[in-house]
Amino acid sequence: MAEQPEALAARIPDGALLALPPDYSLVAMEVVRALIRKKIKGLRLLGVPILGMSADLLIGAGCVAEVETSAVSLGEAGLAPRFTEAVEKNLIKVKDATCPAVHAGLQASEKGVSFMPVPGIGSSDLVKERKDWIRQGEVVLVPAIRPDVALFHARWADEAGNVWIGRRRELATAAHASKITLVSFEEKKAGDMLEDEILAPGVVSSIYVTATAHAPRGAWPLAMPGVYGVDDTHVSQYAKAAKTREGFQRYLEEWVLTPRKSSSPA
Amino acid sequence: MSDPGFRVSLQQRRAANPFTEGSRELFDLAGQGRIDTFFLGGAQIDGTAAINLVRADGKRFPGSFGSAYMYAVIRNTILFREEHSRRSLVPKVEFASARGQPKALLTGKALFSWQGRFRLESVHERFDVRAETGFDFDAPSEVPLTPPPSNEELDRLRGPVAKLVAADYPDFAKRVWGIN
Repeated sequence: MAEQPEALAARIPDGALLALPPDYSLVAMEVVRALIRKKIKGLRLLGVPILGMSADLLIGAGCVAEVETSAVSLGEAGLAPRFTEAVEKNLIKVKDATCPAVHAGLQASEKGVSFMPVPGIGSSDLVKERKDWIRQGEVVLVPAIRPDVALFHARWADEAGNVWIGRRRELATAAHASKITLVSFEEKKAGDMLEDEILAPGVVSSIYVTATAHAPRGAWPLAMPGVYGVDDTHVSQYAKAAKTREGFQRYLEEWVLTPRKSSSPA
Repeated sequence: MSDPGFRVSLQQRRAANPFTEGSRELFDLAGQGRIDTFFLGGAQIDGTAAINLVRADGKRFPGSFGSAYMYAVIRNTILFREEHSRRSLVPKVEFASARGQPKALLTGKALFSWQGRFRLESVHERFDVRAETGFDFDAPSEVPLTPPPSNEELDRLRGPVAKLVAADYPDFAKRVWGIN
């Protein structure tokens, strides 16, 4: 069942609607780098509910046509420079959203209903731009979001095909709502985690998991909480480099297009 | 912080984040009315208290995050913007990410309250507020100075608070307090 990160990337077709987590929530960075190496095109990214470095890399590398998200940010390292430039130059389309609307859209798919109501957001200009959102009295009805692929990184995968994501339950929601779910993982665990009452609540069951790949330090330079933290120095180096097209290209060549170097710490 | 009735939740906390149902739990908690006070920043803030996190003058900002919702459902929202200028405080935002009724607006130079319009409550130092503020606002004839923090408050900020903040915002902590 377990594949290489490159094999997971190979399962994602051009033009796919790809659900990705924010930088704080177990991003499958090694698979993202593999997507850039295979020169994937026309991706439509969904931020669950926001995006960070993974999206900025894919956008800068020319892999993305459209982004639906509540924000794209590198956190303390500042604006996501490739996203910002691509939007300002009109190179990608943005469907601006707000966090609870993304969660609600995914929950609608989880439940198999067409819409979910979201209160409070009616007076935002977002609603004017989102022709697919229906304002109805006190609530806005947001349509079900059904990604083609959910992609994230997990602490463990076991012999039964389950993966463990702990408290990052938005990843479970994304997996439940998506047509296929691809997961890279830190370590293999023997047996079946669903038989362990302590581990089971943090598991995404194999019902939803299409394929897994072993990728130690696969979230680097982002964090795998409890195992390694964010490589803040590297992320801020990236933010500086990516301010220019040339700097970004040099970053890609050094850290992405050379596979061996990419998953080792700086 | 020792008052058991008062709880601060840092949304971007790297470790020991209070939520176990994923990032939607924060919004569900707010939707029920269980969050009393929320701090919300804006790239632009206008005289109607709308905030803009999306775009202005051909520049793209990160996006609205959860602001559209949080501003509407939380009773006490405190707007903040360190930069106090005509660029950040504008007559009308180009894009209203969120609209609401704030409790106050705090900038690096002044404090405003909100009574359907902004009212200048105090300035942290003397400056020409009208010249540096893009929107119209009410003001008392004598504008008081914002009281400076007490020594006790400063000790708390520079000690335990700085340490907590540094765990999640290391660059900020280094810049403001010089700690790693």
